[in-house]
Amino acid sequence: MKRRNFLKIPALGGLAFMMRGIPIRAYAQSPLLNAVAKQTQANGRVLVLIQLNGGNDGINTIVPLDQYSALSAVRSNVLIDESKVLSLSGVQNTGMHPAMSAIRGMYNDGLVNIVQAVGYQQPNFSHFRSTDIWTTGSDADEYLTTGWMGRYLDTLYPDYPTNYPNADTPDPLAIQIGTGMSNMLQGPSINMGYAIANVNSFYNLVNNSVGATPNTAAGHELTFIRNIAQQSQGYTAVIQQATQSATNLGPYPSGNSLADQLKIVAQLIAGGLQTSIYVVSLTGFDTHANQVEGTGNTSGPHAALLKLVSDAVSAFFTDLKMQGNDQRVTAMTFSEFGRRIKSNNSGGTDHGTAAPLMVFGPNVNPRIIGHNPVISPQTTVEDNIPMQFDYRQVYASVLKDWFGVTPQAVSDILLHDYPTLPIFKGAIATEVQGSAIAVASDEMLSQNYPNPFSRNTTVSFNSKGGTVTLQVFDISGRLVKTVLEENYAPGRHEATIDRSGLAAGNYMYRLTNGSDQSTKKMIVID
Amino acid sequence: MGNNNRRQFFQQFTGGSSVAETAAYNIAEDKLFQKYANKEMPHGYAKATATLTPYSGAWTETQAMHLLRRATFGLKAQDIDTIVGMGMNYAVDYLINNSNPNPAPPVNNYYDTQADPTGVQPGQTWVNAPYGDGSVNSLRRASLKAWWLGLMVTEQLSIQEKMNFFWHNHFATQTNVIGDARMCYNYHAMLRANSLGNFKNLVKLVTKDPAMLQYLNGYLNNKNAPDENYGRELQELFTVSKYNSPNYTEEDIKQAARVLTGWKINTSTLTSYFDPSQHDTGNKQFSSFYGNAVINGQSGMAGANETDQLIDMIFSKFETAKYICSKLYRFFVYYNIDATIESTVIEPLANLLISSNFEIKPVISVLLKSAHFYDVNNMGCYVRTPLEYVVGTFRAFNVQMPGNYSVADTYNVWNYLRNYSLNLGLDLGDPPNVAGWPAYYQTPQYYELWINSATLPNRMLFTDMAVNSGLSNGPRMNIKLDVLNFVKQCSNAGDPDVLIDYVCSMLLGVAVSVTERDNLKSILLSAQQNNSYWSDAWNEYTSNPTAAHTGTVETRLRSMFTYLLRLAEHHLC
Repeated sequence: MKRRNFLKIPALGGLAFMMRGIPIRAYAQSPLLNAVAKQTQANGRVLVLIQLNGGNDGINTIVPLDQYSALSAVRSNVLIDESKVLSLSGVQNTGMHPAMSAIRGMYNDGLVNIVQAVGYQQPNFSHFRSTDIWTTGSDADEYLTTGWMGRYLDTLYPDYPTNYPNADTPDPLAIQIGTGMSNMLQGPSINMGYAIANVNSFYNLVNNSVGATPNTAAGHELTFIRNIAQQSQGYTAVIQQATQSATNLGPYPSGNSLADQLKIVAQLIAGGLQTSIYVVSLTGFDTHANQVEGTGNTSGPHAALLKLVSDAVSAFFTDLKMQGNDQRVTAMTFSEFGRRIKSNNSGGTDHGTAAPLMVFGPNVNPRIIGHNPVISPQTTVEDNIPMQFDYRQVYASVLKDWFGVTPQAVSDILLHDYPTLPIFKGAIATEVQGSAIAVASDEMLSQNYPNPFSRNTTVSFNSKGGTVTLQVFDISGRLVKTVLEENYAPGRHEATIDRSGLAAGNYMYRLTNGSDQSTKKMIVID
Repeated sequence: MGNNNRRQFFQQFTGGSSVAETAAYNIAEDKLFQKYANKEMPHGYAKATATLTPYSGAWTETQAMHLLRRATFGLKAQDIDTIVGMGMNYAVDYLINNSNPNPAPPVNNYYDTQADPTGVQPGQTWVNAPYGDGSVNSLRRASLKAWWLGLMVTEQLSIQEKMNFFWHNHFATQTNVIGDARMCYNYHAMLRANSLGNFKNLVKLVTKDPAMLQYLNGYLNNKNAPDENYGRELQELFTVSKYNSPNYTEEDIKQAARVLTGWKINTSTLTSYFDPSQHDTGNKQFSSFYGNAVINGQSGMAGANETDQLIDMIFSKFETAKYICSKLYRFFVYYNIDATIESTVIEPLANLLISSNFEIKPVISVLLKSAHFYDVNNMGCYVRTPLEYVVGTFRAFNVQMPGNYSVADTYNVWNYLRNYSLNLGLDLGDPPNVAGWPAYYQTPQYYELWINSATLPNRMLFTDMAVNSGLSNGPRMNIKLDVLNFVKQCSNAGDPDVLIDYVCSMLLGVAVSVTERDNLKSILLSAQQNNSYWSDAWNEYTSNPTAAHTGTVETRLRSMFTYLLRLAEHHLC
């Protein structure tokens, strides 16, 4: 990244931002400068990835109000009292957990995009494996040793770490706070991130403190080596400089470890670091037992976690806005999986599959992408929320529409083509979201026959027992028809799809059975 | 995708002439080092108070690991139980007596670069071949260094390589100055054969060794044009040292040089000989430091005897024994010798050396069996040298050469490590000068000189690459640490707490703080809060090591080891 390009970026929306503590006047909206801005708009943009470790309960986060009676039947012991669910401006049947009033406020202010039911085919229920899938960007049965962000950074900085930092790129490419080095940032030969072990070690770094050591010869040498280690990192000076030249302007909640991390991120952004990726995290979402407390199930550990997220993200964007940096920043949550639809008898929920994720910032489309999950009152412990969007569609959207990566490069980074989603303003969904995932064999779900068809068509499928759902989606991903939703004994079955309500065109039909799903295309003609 | 540039980046560690690169780093200009390194000898900390009396405390893994860390080029898990089982006395005796004084010599590994002009075949040794030319000698010196480093990597339970390196640092010569690789090898072999022998005898051998005669111009020292170089270093660096008051005089140096006139090198047999025609046959009068001794000049071949008399005279000084014992102390224990340690440790060791007629073994034995050595305040304070760092990493992770490796491939790996050590400030075979490496003598920084703002990031890069992408040097080398096998050595690797205790105790010289321990555990558990997630993943892997199960645990271990090996504690032992 060239610093001179960075300086040329107009602050979107005409706001000034701070560069090493010096206010940079936003450029006038001249057409010529706009053209420059278009070329370089990726520069200066920041993505903050908020990892929610443990598997967040999506149903209790973004609540599908139109499924409430079915949910009452299968997870009454954890379900949020319907009257307590926060409504969203302009949204009919979807609400938010009552602990998330701050994010609800952001949504109503047009700062939140929600993507429903994000996951991947053949979901894995292991924290570790599913985390690795999300961080590397792999298929469920694919093992990658590099991370999706590491591959992205490698395309921009292929020589790293040779001669870094340097005059053009003086700052870390990515900064991670907490939990070691994420393999999200692992590049082909080296981790592309700068790791700050925790909030305390950041302030130790800023204050040139290396922690206590024993009063022995070993302690003496340990202090010496730690000092050299801390100060010889190529990026220590720029981080110290950034923190000295800018302070947080907005208030942050105390006792909120995510807020502590985001506060540092906001300060570093304000201090002028060119770092474009930050990774922060909050753990504890593995709510197998007693996830709710209180009347209406509105308090308890899960509520407390969501409140931490909500208050932290809200404080972060308030601060960014006061700094004049909010237009440059997008933040996004992700978690290795959602939780089971049916709650357990311990007052908790076990590992699940797809779940909603949230994208924050003034540049997102303030809307919900996708539909509420369809919950059957017969849901068993085997059933899971079918995925609507592959998680790499979200990544592809971020890369293309936020960082301005070309479609070919996005495809190289994510190792396949993934249709993007209209997460960002001005972004157009590139293709029906099912196209990348319609690769299932006929075994679970056959190709319809006849195809194309004008009145009826037949499909066959395998049930492994339990609820089977067959649904039809249009090419924008909207659910247009639920063909069947009932229990099927294990074995082969047939179903008929009639075209009533379907205009001529291309559609996807998808079978869901427990955590398995299969999607195929069909064509309706007049 | 920049692979080219990356290769160039890593090649800066692996190619090129060593002397220039080592000399290029100017520690005086390293502001960070100057800010944090010792300004005076450290004081005010809890010092070891135990003396040379035999250690009689518990003999557990803690003591066994301390012994192995200091007496070998790196701890291997499989050796710990052995050493614990032996008990202290037998363990120290075993390390001292299980030496390898005469390993198979270095061979032609350079056949892919250049055919040996003297006809040495691939895999055959060149040490007895004709000189050839300068080009092949450059390759042979690289072969010698790689071979030497390989001996450190593959050494079994023994103190041999450590002692060999001690003498290499003490009787320092530079292969790049000597030039003839065979002479370098012979000098190396002489030090090796006498590493645990007699100090006085060693000084006599070194004094007359062709490599040393060439390195310090002894072969040019003659009655008409005395060269004081060796006469000076013999006293200043090899024996009595310059740290005495009163001390030997400039006149003593001149007189010693006169004694040493007449030694020559036969470049065809690579042996030294005495040429009486070049010898100064006058009497040599020494100062009061040497009791006004006179070495009577002798003519003919008897003139050679004066050299032994000179050395006998020097060895009559207590300072000689004391100095070598202080160097052994700084090599095995810690650099800070205060008045108490001088009187309770160094001087008793010096007396023992003298009473043992300068045999080295009794001194090493008493030191490594002493309560002082095992005093907890002497643990963890030794900064691992660059060689110990890179070789120790290979030893700790029990890195094995792939079965299809040729001689050249194997040497290539050792050469990579040798070059990496060079990049970290220690060029095996080529110390900066005759004084050896400053980390062993430069007051008040000593060991701290190994760690500076250039070397520490490169140390971390070494382990980062070794754990993640693998260490590469050419198309046939990619060596990645086997983290799974390392962890399998732990008695209960499925328990994250046990596992972290194990890896910390094996790889870190100092216990980590609770905070760092929590960081390690958080990495291992991917920030999950329940130990069972690791236990389940580990059990799945051990009972059914599919690609999926293996990948899951390996990913976490690699992250954890990356972090662990970057800790300051990893540079100490």
